[in-house]
Amino acid sequence: MSAIAGPATTQAETSALRGERTTTAHKVGRRKRRSQSTRTIVSAIVISLWCLLPFYWMIVTSFRDVGYTFDTTPWFTHFTFDNYVTALSTNLGNHLGLALLNSLIIGGVTTVVCLLFGIFAAYALARLDFRMKGIVMGVILGASMFPGVALLTPLFQLFTSWGWIGTYQALILPDISFALPLTVYTLVSFFREMPWDLEEAARIDGCTQAQAFRKIILPLAAPAVFTTAILAFIASWNEYLIASQLTTDATQTVTVAIAGFTGSQPHQEPYTAVMAAGVVVTVPLVILVLIFQRRIVAGLTAGGVKG
Amino acid sequence: MSTETATPLSSKRPAPRASLKKRQHGQVRTALWLILPTMALLAVVIGYPIVSAVVMSFQKDAGLDPATGMFVQGGFAGFQNYTHWLFQQCTSASGTVACPPGSLGAQFWNAVGVTFLFTVVTVVLETVFGFWMAIIMNRAFKGRGIVRAAILVPWAIPTAVTAKLWYFIFATTGIANAILHVNVLWVSGEWSSRWAIIIADTWKTTPFMALLILAGLQLIPDEVNEAAKMDGASTVQRFWRVTIPLVKPALMVAVLFRVLDALRIYDLPAILTSGGGGSGNATTTLSILVVDQIRQGPNSASALSTITFLIIFLVAFIFVRFLGANVVRTQESQQKGTL
Repeated sequence: MSAIAGPATTQAETSALRGERTTTAHKVGRRKRRSQSTRTIVSAIVISLWCLLPFYWMIVTSFRDVGYTFDTTPWFTHFTFDNYVTALSTNLGNHLGLALLNSLIIGGVTTVVCLLFGIFAAYALARLDFRMKGIVMGVILGASMFPGVALLTPLFQLFTSWGWIGTYQALILPDISFALPLTVYTLVSFFREMPWDLEEAARIDGCTQAQAFRKIILPLAAPAVFTTAILAFIASWNEYLIASQLTTDATQTVTVAIAGFTGSQPHQEPYTAVMAAGVVVTVPLVILVLIFQRRIVAGLTAGGVKG
Repeated sequence: MSTETATPLSSKRPAPRASLKKRQHGQVRTALWLILPTMALLAVVIGYPIVSAVVMSFQKDAGLDPATGMFVQGGFAGFQNYTHWLFQQCTSASGTVACPPGSLGAQFWNAVGVTFLFTVVTVVLETVFGFWMAIIMNRAFKGRGIVRAAILVPWAIPTAVTAKLWYFIFATTGIANAILHVNVLWVSGEWSSRWAIIIADTWKTTPFMALLILAGLQLIPDEVNEAAKMDGASTVQRFWRVTIPLVKPALMVAVLFRVLDALRIYDLPAILTSGGGGSGNATTTLSILVVDQIRQGPNSASALSTITFLIIFLVAFIFVRFLGANVVRTQESQQKGTL
């Protein structure tokens, strides 16, 4: 299943084995190796810090008293939960709680629709032989490359005249435009890895192709489908361009809510509250991604998801 | 789901050739029915808007006619909306004149320049750093899992949140200036605001690049590197003569994805520098210009979004045609493990 992670571990193991052999054989080789591994560790630490520190700073700030917003102490000081209260309160005209619900609904519906359509297309593209396959793949991939603004201008006019501005479908339809190609693409690469012999076996035992798919393949494909669902959901959750133009306060998504977060003072950015809002919006995703790390990496590299 | 009734078992036996043909024919039909819903849905959510954008781009925007002072209700515009952007032609009482400085029309080439600047600089930085990260993650060491988890964090954070996070880091009295002991106006300086965007974008998307390159690196058999080592190739030589050529297909696909994505950059400049930056348009990209234009005249905005789309299409074409980035084939062979 995890096409990428699988070979990686075996490769790592073999190279580790080989490493042992060389170290016992050569003293010079050992020294050289050690300096290389030290450099690797240092690089690894630098990379991890570069990736994690800004996020860490967001968390530290989100728990810091607003009076000490620009305090540069690198650990938790002036600890408070006030910023989270501010972030979630509606007194200042922010609707983060509602936005979370909206994003959940929009992302959820988008994901389900994309899976319902995408699974069948991906099955055909991964499993069946037919001409035009390359063209279909090309069209689906090309579809994911359209810039959001190219959809935005006509949709803006269309949805305005239909009175759709401020409805969920006004965001779900554009979200499908990038989530569906992503779904199909990721699923195709997962499906290619499936043990299709089992399907053959089921058909020899008297299943129809549809039955074999439903009873044998679909349960086996559940992890792949789930990973794809996460990727599609994240893509929809993170969308900002279209949501910023086609929503009202009532259908605002989290990204729009955060971008337009207002404080008590005009012209003064409520940094700590915004950081708290950012943590609320991000932490569920980060936890989800870390739990399903391996699968998501496999899905990402297979499908070439946009960031 | 399936219109193809399963081939009866008996029919498989007698004439192998005929049954194979029949089966293939059945597969084509099944495939058609399985793919059709997706294609139909894509036609609705992408095809229809794109076509109507092109249609709109040839219509005049409703508004006051500067020549007559009368309200006009659109009508066919020919290429007027396109020449408005490409040659900065605005209409005024005295006919067609050059767009006044500061108007949206006058900003087109600036936006093209800014967009390409962001694209080239961020993709180069992301490729170099991404390669470095991938090489490190491809080595065996304790704690490799931690690095892999760490680099997924920037990827998982929504771009809008990333923008706000870096907006805080780059605040005048923020941590960036404190650490660097400088007093840079990151959000309002001409070049500093551009660098703010570039740094934030590099932070956010290098992990994605690293993962794609890593996938390519992992397909290089150890034996190839070992053989080169035996033949006396240095580390540098092995990198340029063995690693790079072997990882090139995966690298080209990763670069293509990133370039196409960078060309439509919107979220970061829109939030981090409020669309402008510097004196007002230092970080105005094509996507931002389109959004600014929408409420002033959707047909003209459609022309601009069509131009943006064509630029992206052209760049993709160049990549696939001349630089040999074959997305479909590369990913198929990555799947099979034969790159």
